[in-house]
Amino acid sequence: MSKKQLIQELVEALGQENVITEQEDLVCYSFDATPDVPNPLPDVVVTPTCTEEVAKVVTIALKYKTPIYPRGSGTNLCGGTVPLKGGIVLLSLKMNKILEIDPENLVAVVQPGVIIQHLNNAVAPHGLIYPPDPGTVTTATMGGSVAECAGGLRGLKYGVTKHYIMGLEVVLPNGKVARFGGKTVKNVTAYDLVKLFTGSEGTLGIITEITAKLIPAPETAAAMLATFSSLEDAGNAIKGIISSKVIPATLEIMDQVTIRTVENFAKVGLPTDAKAILLIEVDGIPEVVAREAEAVEKVVIENNGSIKRAKDEQERENIWTARRAALPALAQFKPTTVLEDATVPRSKITEMLLFLEQIAEKYKLDIGTFGHAGDGNLHPTILTDARDKEEMERVHKAVDEIFAKAVELGGTLSGEHGIGIAKAKYLELELGEAGMDVLRRIKNALDPEGIMNPGKIISN
Amino acid sequence: MDYLRQFPEIEQETIKCMKCGNCQAVCPLYQETKSEGAVARGKIKLTEEVLEGKLEYTQRLAKIFETCLQCKACAVACPCGVEPDKIVLAARAKLAQERGLPSIKKLIFKVLSSPALFKTGLAVGARTQGLFFKQREDGQSTRIPISGIVLRRVIPKLAKTSFLNMVPENNNVPDARMTVAFFSGCTTNFAYPNVGTSIIEIMKQNKINVIVPKAQHCCGLPVLMHGDVATATEMAKSHVDIFSKYQVDAIITVCGTCGESFQTNYPELLKDDPEYSEKAQMLAKKTYDFAQFLVDVAVLDKSKLGPIDATVTYHVPCHIGRSMKAAQQQLEIIKSIPGIKFKPLKDPDRCCGGAGSFSLTHYDLSYDILKHKLDDIKSTGADYVITGCGSCRMQLNDGISQEKMPQKVLHTAELLAQAYQNA
Repeated sequence: MSKKQLIQELVEALGQENVITEQEDLVCYSFDATPDVPNPLPDVVVTPTCTEEVAKVVTIALKYKTPIYPRGSGTNLCGGTVPLKGGIVLLSLKMNKILEIDPENLVAVVQPGVIIQHLNNAVAPHGLIYPPDPGTVTTATMGGSVAECAGGLRGLKYGVTKHYIMGLEVVLPNGKVARFGGKTVKNVTAYDLVKLFTGSEGTLGIITEITAKLIPAPETAAAMLATFSSLEDAGNAIKGIISSKVIPATLEIMDQVTIRTVENFAKVGLPTDAKAILLIEVDGIPEVVAREAEAVEKVVIENNGSIKRAKDEQERENIWTARRAALPALAQFKPTTVLEDATVPRSKITEMLLFLEQIAEKYKLDIGTFGHAGDGNLHPTILTDARDKEEMERVHKAVDEIFAKAVELGGTLSGEHGIGIAKAKYLELELGEAGMDVLRRIKNALDPEGIMNPGKIISN
Repeated sequence: MDYLRQFPEIEQETIKCMKCGNCQAVCPLYQETKSEGAVARGKIKLTEEVLEGKLEYTQRLAKIFETCLQCKACAVACPCGVEPDKIVLAARAKLAQERGLPSIKKLIFKVLSSPALFKTGLAVGARTQGLFFKQREDGQSTRIPISGIVLRRVIPKLAKTSFLNMVPENNNVPDARMTVAFFSGCTTNFAYPNVGTSIIEIMKQNKINVIVPKAQHCCGLPVLMHGDVATATEMAKSHVDIFSKYQVDAIITVCGTCGESFQTNYPELLKDDPEYSEKAQMLAKKTYDFAQFLVDVAVLDKSKLGPIDATVTYHVPCHIGRSMKAAQQQLEIIKSIPGIKFKPLKDPDRCCGGAGSFSLTHYDLSYDILKHKLDDIKSTGADYVITGCGSCRMQLNDGISQEKMPQKVLHTAELLAQAYQNA
């Protein structure tokens, strides 16, 4: 059975307008936001408009034993949507309806192609938010962010995507449609299959509908900028804030390399002689925000830092402009930006930061580190040039050591970006042989033909 | 613009792109098509493949690179400072070189690039337009298909007398404090001559002499946009010759695209030309959008402004806002008129979809983009939509007419001239 027949069947099932085959267009779906991974061409791209059409595509893929790669906006950072072994790229972007906003049950039901920000815009008039806010909130789809279990700046207080997914409709690798979970706050019926598919990275099925939890929008917030002359002090302040029973919505760190690069790029008035800064925001009802902000200030001063609270919306905006500028500023420094998300327990943040400094020195690399310090999720960002083979070898060695260290400290390979292609080879470090076996059995049970997003996380 | 001639140099720009996809959030074409080929990072990926020799200069590739509004929204949003609009222009130049220009465009450009032909063509058009176009109060629609123009599109009536034929070269005022040379641009010259006469009136009120060089013609940007770098360069030289002759304090424009030509494109196109480079740079330094000139340089006399009792909103033309950075000055002028109630658009600098000849070659897509702008305009309840570009005005007029909306579209200069008249 030939590729031509496959495409013919897809056209019959979806209509010509939903099947893309010209080489120039296929190139546009050979990549995502991940650097340093292969970008092979798919054979065909399809744009189904409903669950039934997704099921048809899966059935056809199964018949031809052709790999199928679900894709939303293609903004992930682990190679999750790259069509590694050719086959069908399945775009969810034409399934972009918000099906229901239910303020009484605090849920929204959406199709996978809805952009996260569009959901937030739609629930804002009800005084509600959908908290997961990855850096790609204005571009990433709900389907993609559920499949990758995306995190974001507010993870410390509000958690990540999996904490907000209550129900899913999934097209399974056998072409059948299953529904798990729903609108109830409590649901302990059988295995938690909603959680299994959240973060499954398209390797177990294709998400076609999402029931997401919403929460009341916080009434007010206070943003603060703390400056430290040593990494240890900054690390101790992070621990101290949490120990004093304050859980900030956001608790971010930038190291000196990042501070200097951001300041050089964005000129927002950051202290370039500081060894580290923390960007902190507490939110909630005004009385609580006032008390928590005072508690944070006290901890920072106790740990030899200085702290400034944003006096108005403009100053608050400046603080977050600085944070948002971190990655872009670093990215302008060199052509290739290798961004990792190794995550450690909060208590090990200082150790990890110092280790990253040593690694930069050992491999003579430019590494800027920033990230969600409050939840232990750092973003060591290696600035390099993919065309420089010799330097890329050093980059790969440095990355190997970073992951080994994260696991050694009781942490994890990925805090929020997912495993995909990029981190698959490190999995055994964290899961061990027994854990790998569980993964493989799950994959084999659900996708025995191995057609769902092959080459990501685990292979059959 | 070295890369326009030496394509591989564009690699310096493409390598900066980290494929984050942030351009998706702001690209009007992506919003409509949801296609990676429509948005900057897709085009950059294609450019990389071409540079690596993995892709040929195919018709499909040319089609994809045609699908760009050059609105520069992606360039502003890009966290890595990539200028995708330049990459697209370079690719178009290379494609034109490898594949030749599409024949309809070839004909249009031949006319555009020859001042004499262009003027004759449009002047003949102005006299004979009734033969081809249904006359409508708000403009006209085509009576018989003219290749490249979609039947439904309402395009403005061509002026019976072009602006350049309407006014003398020297428009002097007693006790003048400054002298400017005025580049009118094609839309003012042929479709909206009232914008040109408004400029002369405004400058008179501010005691500024206006020279209207009669030899001027199309700025050349439409030609450059489609990759015909050689012709664009000749047109640039011609304007450098024409405008260098005058001793003036400034060159003013009433269209962001024309202004961008003088400010940015001419110096870049002529960078390596020993005869023209310096002169082009001199002109660039003196070029302002009329509002920039009045607010930042000449200091507008607001005391003489009479009241206009109307609710207005303002559409920011892409090249006024993102290229010339003159939107604030245009707004300042509008808001300084007594009696004006200003209702901002929700998304004032979103492209209207006009994008020069894009609205002719991709009418349906262009109109889909326009619809967002029309909805935004509707929700303001404004009487007038003010804008600073003739091409946007044509596009807005088309939509307002198709949707039977009550708004009138005016150029900022016309509104200001009206305020002086009402004094």
